[in-house]
Amino acid sequence: MKYLRSTLLAATGLIAFLAFWEAMPRLGLINPAFLPPPSTLPTAFLREVSLGIWPEAVMSSLSHYVAGLVVGAGAGIGLGLLSGMFQPFEAFTAWIVRLLRPIPGLAWVPFAIIWFGVQPSAAVFIIAIGVFWIVFFATQGAVRQVDRDLIEVAQAFGFRSPVSRLVKILLPAATPGILVGLRTALGQAWMAVVAAEIFGVAGVGQRMMQASSLLSTDIVVVYMLTMAALYGLFDTAFVALQGWLLRWRA
Amino acid sequence: MTDRPGGSPIIDIRGLSLAYERGGTRNIILANLDLSIARGEFLVIVGESGVGKSTLLRVLIGLAKPSSGKVRLDTRPGCRTPMALVFQDARLLPWRRVVDNVAFGLEGSGLSRAARRAKAAEMLVLVGLADLAGRWPHQLSGGQRQRVAIARALAVEPDVLLMDEPFSALDSFTREGLQDELQRIQAQTGKTVLFVTHDIDEAVTLADRVVVLAGSPGRIAAEVRLDLPRPRQRRAAALTEAARHLRAELSRRSAEL
Repeated sequence: MKYLRSTLLAATGLIAFLAFWEAMPRLGLINPAFLPPPSTLPTAFLREVSLGIWPEAVMSSLSHYVAGLVVGAGAGIGLGLLSGMFQPFEAFTAWIVRLLRPIPGLAWVPFAIIWFGVQPSAAVFIIAIGVFWIVFFATQGAVRQVDRDLIEVAQAFGFRSPVSRLVKILLPAATPGILVGLRTALGQAWMAVVAAEIFGVAGVGQRMMQASSLLSTDIVVVYMLTMAALYGLFDTAFVALQGWLLRWRA
Repeated sequence: MTDRPGGSPIIDIRGLSLAYERGGTRNIILANLDLSIARGEFLVIVGESGVGKSTLLRVLIGLAKPSSGKVRLDTRPGCRTPMALVFQDARLLPWRRVVDNVAFGLEGSGLSRAARRAKAAEMLVLVGLADLAGRWPHQLSGGQRQRVAIARALAVEPDVLLMDEPFSALDSFTREGLQDELQRIQAQTGKTVLFVTHDIDEAVTLADRVVVLAGSPGRIAAEVRLDLPRPRQRRAAALTEAARHLRAELSRRSAEL
């Protein structure tokens, strides 16, 4: 009953929001070229799809997104595990981390272009940097917080090498923390996608820039909503995966 | 110290000491301890907290390094796990189902996954939890968890089972049930058991021999042999008498030290 009530309220809120948005340009309070009413969006969307622009932009953005996530998360988990497991490694990298961590991913754009050109690999690089730091710190923290008692269990049963400690205890015990970091990274990477494509790599971000320079604001909104939908899809799938991986928890 | 029939002791501890430095002060946990355990014996070490009972088990299993002294083992040659430890809190791995927790120690043994699981299932039958093989640890009661921990330790076929106050966190019903169960399991498997507790009644119920550790650093303050038939009648006259004697020894020693 309570669930039904809050669902109803949420739906009402969304409808009110859309109605307000529709009314503003229609009542002449805002120039429709600056804010296209939502009723014009389906037409714009269908036009983009029938021209083949939408699927192409979405596919190339998704490929940057997935590649950037895999590279950034892979490096973040790997180095995070090393630094969480081995104190000397953490000490060795401490100041390097301090130096590089505050640099925003977007500040790497000039080098991305110099090193990779206006190519998909440049976008992947920008996305991966943002993802890397989030996953690195999440992994390092999760490994450090693993219950020492469980590590003793492994030792008591004769598993004393760093590799068996990692595989048998640290990795499974740190999984919940690593997954939290990955989920944050999932959202962060979407932001990086637009940013990375705005400087010219083909994809949703680039298409938005084109459309806005032609004042086709309806197309801009179509891609904004596309990104929201894709992110929602990924996040939902990730939460389901997370629930399955952590089914051992109470 | 042991004059039981059955040949050389399975564990022979000579002059064992353990001390560590912290903040400039030297803490001596064990000083020059001699103790031997006969094959197949159920030895219970009883003492107040802080006398180094748990430390002794940690030294034997390799979780702590002695400062000096010798431990001689007469276990099967080439055995990967001559001893296995049951901790005070069960310390199951929460991400593994019960059966995979029991199979944990077998993973370095070269057995196939199927063989490890079969062995684990067998151990679960032994501790009476065959039905719970597929559960997660968080779905178990405290007593069930400790049974799984016992099964995990037995699965690696150790010559000696080390138990560090394994029932002290359980309610008295569960504790007594598990004490009976442990006696049955020991009779069935013939394992040597080295059991640590601070509960004198538990000690006399379980032990073939009780050793009292007292003082700081812990020394052997008294020793009682209990040649009574099993399963034991709880609070039988002979046990009550032994417990009374141990209590008297313990308080006399505490007063001396």
